[in-house]
Amino acid sequence: MGSQPEDKAVFDTESGKEMVKELRASFVAGKTKSYEWKVSQLKAMLKMMEENEAQIIFALRDDLSKPELESSIYEIGMLKNSCRLALKEMKHWMKPEKAKTSLTTFPSTAEIVSEPLGVVLVISAWNYPFLLSLDPVVGAIAAGNAIVLKPSELAPATSSLLAKLIADYLDGSCIKVVEGAVPETTALLEQKWDKIFYTGNGRVARIVMAAAAKHLTPVVLELGGKSPVIVDSDIDLKVATRRIIAGKWGCNNGQACISPDYIITTKDYAVKLVDSFKCELEKFYGKNPLESKDLSRIVNSNHFDRLLKLLDEDKISSKIVHGGERDETNLKIAPTILLDVPKNSLIMKEEIFGPLLPIIMVDKLEGSFDVIKSLGGKPLAAYLFTNKTKLKAKFVAEVSAGGLVVNDTTVHLAEHNLPFGGVGDSGMGSYHGKFSFDAFSHKKAVLYRSFGGDSSLRYPPYTRGKLRLLQALLSGSVLRIIRALLGC
Amino acid sequence: MEKDLGREIMEMRECYRNGNTKPMSWRRSQLQALRSFLQDYEVPIFRALNLDLGKHYVEAFRDEVGLLKKSVNLALNDLKRWMTSTGAKLPIIALLSSAELVPEPLGLVLVISPWNFPLGLSLEPLIGAIAAGNAVVLKPSELAPACSSLLANTLPKYLDNQAIKVFEGGPAVGQQLLQQKWDKIFFTGSAKVGRIVMSEAAKNLTPVTLELGEKCPAVLDSLSWSFDKEVAIKRIIGAKYGSCAGQACISIDYVLVEKSFSSTVVDMMKAMIKTMYGDNPRESHSVARIINKHHFLRLKNLITDPNVKDCIVFGGSMDEDNLYIEPTILVNPPLESAIMTEEIFGPLLPIITLDKIEDSIDFIKKRPKPLAVYAFTKNEDLRKRMVSETSSGSVVFNDAIVQFAADTIPFGGIGESGMGKYHGKFTFDTFTHYKAVARRSFFTDFWYRFPPWNNHKLELLEDSYNFDYFGLLLVILGLKRSRKTFHVN
Repeated sequence: MGSQPEDKAVFDTESGKEMVKELRASFVAGKTKSYEWKVSQLKAMLKMMEENEAQIIFALRDDLSKPELESSIYEIGMLKNSCRLALKEMKHWMKPEKAKTSLTTFPSTAEIVSEPLGVVLVISAWNYPFLLSLDPVVGAIAAGNAIVLKPSELAPATSSLLAKLIADYLDGSCIKVVEGAVPETTALLEQKWDKIFYTGNGRVARIVMAAAAKHLTPVVLELGGKSPVIVDSDIDLKVATRRIIAGKWGCNNGQACISPDYIITTKDYAVKLVDSFKCELEKFYGKNPLESKDLSRIVNSNHFDRLLKLLDEDKISSKIVHGGERDETNLKIAPTILLDVPKNSLIMKEEIFGPLLPIIMVDKLEGSFDVIKSLGGKPLAAYLFTNKTKLKAKFVAEVSAGGLVVNDTTVHLAEHNLPFGGVGDSGMGSYHGKFSFDAFSHKKAVLYRSFGGDSSLRYPPYTRGKLRLLQALLSGSVLRIIRALLGC
Repeated sequence: MEKDLGREIMEMRECYRNGNTKPMSWRRSQLQALRSFLQDYEVPIFRALNLDLGKHYVEAFRDEVGLLKKSVNLALNDLKRWMTSTGAKLPIIALLSSAELVPEPLGLVLVISPWNFPLGLSLEPLIGAIAAGNAVVLKPSELAPACSSLLANTLPKYLDNQAIKVFEGGPAVGQQLLQQKWDKIFFTGSAKVGRIVMSEAAKNLTPVTLELGEKCPAVLDSLSWSFDKEVAIKRIIGAKYGSCAGQACISIDYVLVEKSFSSTVVDMMKAMIKTMYGDNPRESHSVARIINKHHFLRLKNLITDPNVKDCIVFGGSMDEDNLYIEPTILVNPPLESAIMTEEIFGPLLPIITLDKIEDSIDFIKKRPKPLAVYAFTKNEDLRKRMVSETSSGSVVFNDAIVQFAADTIPFGGIGESGMGKYHGKFTFDTFTHYKAVARRSFFTDFWYRFPPWNNHKLELLEDSYNFDYFGLLLVILGLKRSRKTFHVN
């Protein structure tokens, strides 16, 4: 937990109130609504990344020992893409959408107009502290809102870098950063926001939503869950293994909301799968993964202890078939695979969020759907590796999750035409691409009626004849309308 | 009783888990059954609405039954299309992959409805929830008891009792229901209860749609054509007093006019009321009753306020025994009085005069965002400003309330007036999870996705993510030098 330097003012409820007041004044003055302002902010964000790439990479290395390539591509690269997409498509997103009108409101024209929600709060997480802070902000800017960003205090280097960079590059009268931990977040949550966008865990999400309820503030909650990977035996094993490794240890060493959490495969195939993992893991990370520079470390000692607890639970440590090495000083845990852990073990109860990969075995692969359902909760993602068409269809029909991928892991995240979000315990709402714009917009229905074409049907005095005609009109049947008009 | 409710809901969850509500055939059968119910029970429905609210049967058809029939037919017609997955475009780099959005039901959902349109606001969400394949619990308002028991006693004869249930009762039952775990809660009612619903939902991370209210203003510009004036006044009067006597979330709450136009407006309104309701509106039986004594007294207090009662220019008479309030017009009650700060929800129409009609924009902006803003004007500039400078659930020009009947535009609020939307396909969407599904083949793989990392792979990845195919080619051919340097040792 970061500590506040003595000379910094405490951010309390009063400060929160003042900040929201100031931002609301900026919003009401119309600053954030203009296309030019939005373009200027997004371009500034791109410039910010271009001119400070090294600092960003250093901060992520400080906070997470994140490999440079992961920082460059998964954090900076993806954010650059979001900015570029918004710059390219924003005009189109901002245009009102024409809507059809029907007989019941004839004659009329209608459209759906996107308008900004107002002053919004973005609370981000520690695992992709740069991306998960700014990606929602891109959407909020594109939609025309004033913004407060509260980065995670568990990634303090990135948090303070964000505070500095945003103050330097973006419009401080409309976009602000508040650093801090529980007291500051609480002070922020007491205010009235027009939307709260939260990325994190289910426990805090409940607190966020309860605070939002007091002000009837809508929320987007991007949470997590145990994302399963079902592995069939008829696949290209090498490719599948590599893709699972890329999604698990290649994504912040398993500390990602859509990281494969556990594997389900058949008893017959499990050993082959484990061998393939051993082989590919060595190719990727060498014989001494604790020394590989291509793996993030565990974020802090709290999470390090949490993960060890999962590994060292009675009867679990004997299930380790690969890895298990740890380095407490450097907060590193080697890629670890466990085989045949009991379903009621701790490691199978909570989201792992780390470099441990349990493998559950079933007799027949169709049984994996029941395993997933029995664990309860709908995860953010679910993965299946198979070539069987029927199994793919069953997977899509029966497994509920935020998103599904067949024959790969995590790639759907990069696809901006797909909404990224959870369902049930893994969250509510979605974003990415236009969905980010929509998440921070109000879709206002506008109906234009003319004075002509009025019908006395709607108004009293009410008669049987009017009733018949209304019935005919609402049915849409021309014949009925004619008959009602003719009074027969 | 509490244990029974919990057990019944658990059984419903089992029913959903068994997949009973997912097939198109089940959804179709339920929607058809609802349609039959609306047809067979039309007269008892009219009777119940008349009993609970004194609604005339034509009003009941126009505002509730007719719209429900339209909605259920729409759902039946479009069900297949709504249930079909939609493909998402993918960039070339994704090569040999596909992506689609697959609609799936949320699971077991709760619909809580209010007393003012007790049939309409119960069944409209129900139609969408069924079309989306959910199991549904409906909790109708106890303040409209005839309608509530009609639904509770008759729906089980038509619908699948294991998957769709009606629970009657007051706040205690509501509270018990809110303690259960739902996959969605759809609430129509007051902001006060809306907050309670969302707080309870937060405990289970249950998404909510809240259809609330707030004071919906009608801006009446000085119209030059007498025909237009007539129609505007007719529509305002019809919308105010003709839809549940002003007890509607989208009722015109108050009217804003220019000072110079106001006396004409008042005279025309008085004449219009006479035309529609006769000299004695009570005897026309076309004005609904106030729902109960509590609301009657609330409305009475609004106009017996000493600062307000002298502003009455028409109507004002009340009959407590029969819960009847005559269509009433007031001019310029003080802006701090309760009638101008709380949602009226009754047949009282304050007219507020302004120097210029453009002042109405600031007037509206100062107040909480309503479910609807109505503007009767032919002035293009005023229209544009109304849309871009005010915020509300929807904006309707030259009419009121009709937006409720449209199923191609979303119906919902913002800020104090609510969150989420429905009607038409939007109802289906509100009870659906759009699951993203991406498929890849084993055939193509990008070897530079995997560690061990080096500069070359970094360059390739960057070009890939930028969809810079040419750049990609150059790097692969070794013709483009990597401009990146390793920052980290």
